Amino acid sequence: MSAASFLEVQGITKRFGGLTATEEVSFTVKEGEILSIIGPNGAGKSTLFNCITGFYRPDAGKVLFRGKDITTASAHKICKLGIARTFQIVQVISDMTVLENVMTGTYLRTYDRRKVREKAVEILRFAGLHEKMDFPGTDITIADKKRLEVAMALGTEPTLLMLDEAMAGLTPVELREMIALIRKVRENGVTLIIVEHVMEAVMELSDRVVVINSGRKIVEGSPKDIVRNPEVIQAYLGDRYSAGN
Amino acid sequence: MRNPTVRQIAFCAVLLVALLVFPLVVHGTFPTHVMIMVFLFAMMGVAWNILGGYAAMFSFGQVAFFGIGAYTSTILLMNYNVNPWIGLVAGGVLAALMGAAIGIPCSNLRGHYFAIASIAFAEIVRIHFNNWKFVAAAEGLSLPLLPESLRNFMFHSSKVPYYYIILVFLLLSVLICRYISTNRMGFYLRAIKESHELAKGMGISFVRYRLYAIMISAFLTAMAGTFYAQYILYIDPDSVLILPISVQVVLVAMLGGAGTIIGPVIGAAILLPLSEITRVWLGYKGTGIDMMIYGALIMVISAYRPEGVWGLLTTIGRRGK
Amino acid sequence: MSEQLVAQLMNGFLIGCMYSLIAVGLTMIWGVMNIINFAHADFLMLGMFTSFWLYTLYGVDPIFSIPVCGALLFLLGWLIYRFLVSKVMTGPALAQLVVTFGISIFIANAAVFLWTPDFRMIEKPLLYGTWNFGTVQLSIPKAVASIGSILVSLGLFLFLRKTKTGKAILAVEMNRSSALLMGINTERVNALSFAIGSSLVGIAGAFLSMYYYIYPQVGGTFGLISFCIVALGGFGSIEGAFLAGILIGIVQTLGGYFFDPAYKYAIVFAMYLITVWIRPQGLMGW
Repeated sequence: MSAASFLEVQGITKRFGGLTATEEVSFTVKEGEILSIIGPNGAGKSTLFNCITGFYRPDAGKVLFRGKDITTASAHKICKLGIARTFQIVQVISDMTVLENVMTGTYLRTYDRRKVREKAVEILRFAGLHEKMDFPGTDITIADKKRLEVAMALGTEPTLLMLDEAMAGLTPVELREMIALIRKVRENGVTLIIVEHVMEAVMELSDRVVVINSGRKIVEGSPKDIVRNPEVIQAYLGDRYSAGN
Repeated sequence: MRNPTVRQIAFCAVLLVALLVFPLVVHGTFPTHVMIMVFLFAMMGVAWNILGGYAAMFSFGQVAFFGIGAYTSTILLMNYNVNPWIGLVAGGVLAALMGAAIGIPCSNLRGHYFAIASIAFAEIVRIHFNNWKFVAAAEGLSLPLLPESLRNFMFHSSKVPYYYIILVFLLLSVLICRYISTNRMGFYLRAIKESHELAKGMGISFVRYRLYAIMISAFLTAMAGTFYAQYILYIDPDSVLILPISVQVVLVAMLGGAGTIIGPVIGAAILLPLSEITRVWLGYKGTGIDMMIYGALIMVISAYRPEGVWGLLTTIGRRGK
Repeated sequence: MSEQLVAQLMNGFLIGCMYSLIAVGLTMIWGVMNIINFAHADFLMLGMFTSFWLYTLYGVDPIFSIPVCGALLFLLGWLIYRFLVSKVMTGPALAQLVVTFGISIFIANAAVFLWTPDFRMIEKPLLYGTWNFGTVQLSIPKAVASIGSILVSLGLFLFLRKTKTGKAILAVEMNRSSALLMGINTERVNALSFAIGSSLVGIAGAFLSMYYYIYPQVGGTFGLISFCIVALGGFGSIEGAFLAGILIGIVQTLGGYFFDPAYKYAIVFAMYLITVWIRPQGLMGW
């Protein structure tokens, strides 16, 4: 029971020219929970995501990780501190095998080539990619690539894993597998923040949900509460539907 | 380069033995000279590979490091009586520092943008040396003739010692390259090649690793420059700082197969004899025919067989199975 | 003192106009097909020699060679695209960088072989001499060349914005796959852009031949400068290349005037490096 929260996001604001992509967004994340960030397209979720992970520098606000201010820290340092991320458009290293991709991740914490390889193999087993270990990174299905991305991130031994639309473009079967994988990751002691559109995953996995619209946080709560919240419905479906529900 | 197959190891072993025995079997200054040039450019091609093959930093400015190496050791020798071997290291260090200095403003540049920046850098170096009195500007420097010995890094009666020295340099470069490729740096460079964003996300400081790559590549290329100075015994900006040398290095790496370790060696083995022979047979009148053939070859190969010879050989090898 | 400065600025502007014309063709080729044509400045040299031989053998003044140079280089550009460059479009990026290098080496040395490395000059073009504004002297051929360059660049600009073909080229430049989906024949656009770019630099060669030394290696420094201009203006941006060309011309002249003429190109390159440090995509690049 430490006083400092695991992750604290305070008043994050980010502007691009005249457009305010993210405005005064604040929330906290408890250790061990799965928090989802949802919102309509263009709401500013990715911008927020990038501000937290050090890819953008916010114009105002703070990000505190275990009490440490990481607002202006560079992206690679944030990864070293224990926050790993995936990308909206899946990125794997093309001229490497699946195993080598994960090794690139595990190399962050060890230099010993044998250990690096062993850890990577373990992670591949965990992620269900063990059989495809020697396939070229580009030669696997999109669903496997997404798993690979998760595996690569896990290689860096994060305490917080942030997923950017990991469920997009998956078939129903693949979706279930991914949900199972995320659950396993949490069971292994990793806190998760997931930015998602696929509601099934949000409902199943989240302990709490934060809803963003037009750059602002409009509400925060359990999945059940969020789904009934009139403001949320209005944000997604427009005025015509909110009154009727 | 993944764990090499038995076939590949055997091939390299046979090749190595052949190269070691070559001067004992083939006599004559011209063949030895050609082989020395082959090794020289193979070494620079291997050094280039660390940048261009692994990290997609297509440097067309390697000649700057070559020249810095050549000039540093020569000036230290001529003005301060510093032993060329120490000068070799000094040149390497200086080149590495200059590489880091230019690497910082260029840390976000990739592909074509990086290529042009590297050319701009090398040209600045050339123009400066061409006008700098301290290094005798365009006149160039003639190395003092020291008594022949390994310690003095100078031989007069035969080219064969030079042959073995540059071969050792080449092997050293290949070993360094292989070490990089199979350990963390190689992985990180390939991640950087894929995407700076991805690298950042995996905890890789792409700025730092790019600098490491430049510095190592610069050091090795400068070593080649010092060797050249000690071999030819005369250097001037027009022979050690010109763009065609940088281009030759890229071609050597590309022809052999960029991104492989043995590629540049093969590329050099094809390209250097070609340019040396055509230069001697056809170029003496300054007619330019030798370079025309050279240029034509480059055009045709890059247009019709860009994966290089190594790529070609491995494809054939695979199909053969 | 300030008259000198004005003269230098004018000179820089005039040189810059020439640079702009050279750079504009290069950036268009880059914008459309992602290729840096290292042989671009050698095409310039060919344009210059075409003008020279027409003058020396047939007494044709450079002014009238302009259309010939344009047409000849257009054809050459088309052929080179068709038989060499198009092959590397689908290959590794390195091959794309290198093939035009090969073409450059081939052309420059073919020129040495055919015409010897000697320096030539067009002694008495039609437009010759200087205008005098007070104490400032303006070289007429340079002025004509510069005005011509501006006009031709303007012509390109209008062509790209107002004609159907031109707009197709712009479309491909902006987004290749969308252009393809809209039914634009991107292969044709590639070839056309390469040909037009080459034609423009051929015309620049005709202009340049009015006052500059003509020799096989003239492409050398012009080439490097034009790459810097293109990168400075932002790869693919024609407006950027035009402005950067003039800027570089002025920087070069002022740099040589204030520091050391021998270092004028070094100053240009240094300025380029500083600019890409601050703004990697160039002034107007995307």
